[in-house]
Amino acid sequence: MTDSHADVLRESSWTGGAHPFGIGSKKLGMWLFIVSDTLTFAALLLVYSYSRLANPNWPRPFPIVPAIIFSTIMTVVLLGSSLTMVMGVAAAHRGNRSATVKWMLATMLGGAIFCGLHATEWMHLIHEGLTPFANPWGGSPLFGATFFGITGLHMTHVAIGVIYLGIVATGFGRGKFSAEDVEVSGLYWHFVDLVWMFVFPMIYLMSVKY
Amino acid sequence: MTTHAGAVHVHEAPTGFFRKYIFSLDHKVIGKQYISLALFSAFVGMFLSLLMRLRLAWPAMKLPFFPDGILPEQYLALVTMHGTIMVFMVLTTAPQSGFGNYFLPIQIGAADMAFPVLNMLSFWTTFLSMVVLMGAFFVTGGAPLGGWTVYTPLSAIGEIAGPGQGLGMTMWVIAIALFCAASLMGAINFIATTLDLRTRGLSLMRMPLTAWSWFITAVISLLAFGVLLSGGILLLLDRTAGTSFFVPGNLVVTEKLIPHKGGSPILWQHLFWFFGHPEVYIAILPGMGLASHVLSTFSRKPIFGYRAMVFAMSAIAFLGFIVWGHHMFVSGMSPYVGMAFSVLTMSIGVPSAIKTFNWLGTLWGGDIKFTTPMLFALGFVSLFVSGGLSGLFLAQTSLDQYLHDTYFVVAHFHLIMGVAAIFGILTGTYFWFPKMFGRMMSEGLGKLHFWLSFVGVYAIFMPMHFIGLAGHPRRYADTSGAAYLQAMDPVHYFMTVAAFITVAAQFIFVANFFWSMFKGKKADINPWQATTLEWSIPSPPPHDNFAGQEPTVYRGAYEFAVPGVKDDYIEQHVPPEQVAKG
Repeated sequence: MTDSHADVLRESSWTGGAHPFGIGSKKLGMWLFIVSDTLTFAALLLVYSYSRLANPNWPRPFPIVPAIIFSTIMTVVLLGSSLTMVMGVAAAHRGNRSATVKWMLATMLGGAIFCGLHATEWMHLIHEGLTPFANPWGGSPLFGATFFGITGLHMTHVAIGVIYLGIVATGFGRGKFSAEDVEVSGLYWHFVDLVWMFVFPMIYLMSVKY
Repeated sequence: MTTHAGAVHVHEAPTGFFRKYIFSLDHKVIGKQYISLALFSAFVGMFLSLLMRLRLAWPAMKLPFFPDGILPEQYLALVTMHGTIMVFMVLTTAPQSGFGNYFLPIQIGAADMAFPVLNMLSFWTTFLSMVVLMGAFFVTGGAPLGGWTVYTPLSAIGEIAGPGQGLGMTMWVIAIALFCAASLMGAINFIATTLDLRTRGLSLMRMPLTAWSWFITAVISLLAFGVLLSGGILLLLDRTAGTSFFVPGNLVVTEKLIPHKGGSPILWQHLFWFFGHPEVYIAILPGMGLASHVLSTFSRKPIFGYRAMVFAMSAIAFLGFIVWGHHMFVSGMSPYVGMAFSVLTMSIGVPSAIKTFNWLGTLWGGDIKFTTPMLFALGFVSLFVSGGLSGLFLAQTSLDQYLHDTYFVVAHFHLIMGVAAIFGILTGTYFWFPKMFGRMMSEGLGKLHFWLSFVGVYAIFMPMHFIGLAGHPRRYADTSGAAYLQAMDPVHYFMTVAAFITVAAQFIFVANFFWSMFKGKKADINPWQATTLEWSIPSPPPHDNFAGQEPTVYRGAYEFAVPGVKDDYIEQHVPPEQVAKG
């Protein structure tokens, strides 16, 4: 073999089977899922923005009291559940199984309360006459379409997250899952929270009645 | 069974029939399942295209199941289903999910994909999607009429827009949403596998270009299908929940006022093409990787410009996301926006030309072996160039005003996306068949298949350019009613006859495929004298690929014609001290 093919012989620094970003395949997989789900929500929020700009008669139906106060409480509950999730992941990495399970149960409770409050809000709005195809305040019917479409998909994500956390917490409590599995479920949970941090200002705060 | 450190997954060979062949976790079985699904779908799609060609050549012809001839609505249903089945179930499925599943783990020296259960779920979701899609033929009203792009508002308002726009259209949307989910699962799996499971020594820049193309395609899938999923959900809401995302106010269809208001049909076009343009690269990139791989192998030369090939594929993937507007030049967009999309679109010609010249550079001065896979790879290059050049015409807003919705567009995308990608799939089949089934395919039948197909597809699609230039609109069921179109009828007869001959030639392939599977000449480990890892293990490979002994890779994937070495190639896994000098 000649020198011109020296690169043929050069050892690669890649030792194989390691994880190039220092994270396991499951964590990488969750990050990739988050990337694609980000695009799904981004497309929906873009549809919302487009529809809102294209319809100057967009309604602004939410009074500060009670609607914005109520949705702010929902936001605080959901953000609080991210905090308990952080505590759960930290406990899992310390190897404290019972604390992990407790913190995760608290997170699930937060998620469930969020869903409950959200459902209450939905029922209230439906009672007022808001549907996916009409709204009682006049103006563009796309308000209801985007509201139910986007918050509905988000709520579905929260509900799936509660079930997912339940499975991981049970498995971790029994020693079937690792601390990394808890962390991966945490990634999902924080992502769902983060999506809400876009939904809340765009759909609620920008639709304040004044 | 042992494993090297860090391999995340090891599973025993299953013994039961269902675990072994139906709900298998083995990437090779799942790859074959995908290929079978694509092969079946390809024949359904071809059959539909023959019905369309019959209708175009002889509009009044009576056929089984069509006692009154093919009605115009039925013709549109054929257009829609042919496009949808071919794009999603064949072009997206076979090269990436089929061959990628089978060969990506082997080419990177892994025992399986990173997430075998997700892999299985991905296939069965795709299967469910295909069943729902094909089911649209059999429901009341039949298959949808909107073309594979299902433009709104007519796809959003239900049966009033035509017989297939009722339940059939709803099933189409559900099938595509399922397909999005399946593709996302596959994309996550492919990316994680490529990044995490490469064996010792296989740095990214030593990967075969096939592995690179699957990786880049997976990145495109990850970013594109999520947006189509959003569009699908919203379209489904428009159809079932009464929302008006894509339906404007005061729309009158078949003399009835549609009770929606406030939506925008253009919004659907944006969402669809943000997915739809990257989708054409999802279909063609694996073919590019495979053509590079096969051209290098049978020219007995290293691929010309390996790094440039990787960067060109990455550039194509990136640019593919910012050119979707060129499908919408006639939608009334601002001319300034059209200009931007036009310039960006033409800039894709740069990486495409880099690839083409690198392929020619690889062939230059090579010791070319004209095997069947080599012929199909050369055919791929030819079709890619022929189809790509017409893309430069369509990319210009002023020309597109005229060419939009004519047969010129049909000719363009069939050559570059349809037939070129199919030639890529056939290259893969002829090239990897010995590894997958342990037997060689017949070279004589393979070459006959190649020449009939190669001449056949040009005979079908070249004339389309000319009737397109002459102003023949696409999607018309017949030419009656327009004298200038009737003058083009002889061209339609010619294309129909060519289509029948070309489809007949595909049965040579099927006969060769199944005959060789059982009766072909036994293949040894490395019948093509190729260099990559799949040629270092038995044909067909055992359940765990490397029997727990993952190889070490010492060099790049294209070490052909190395001076001072006995053979004209060095395999990736052979340690330098064991390379025979000569």
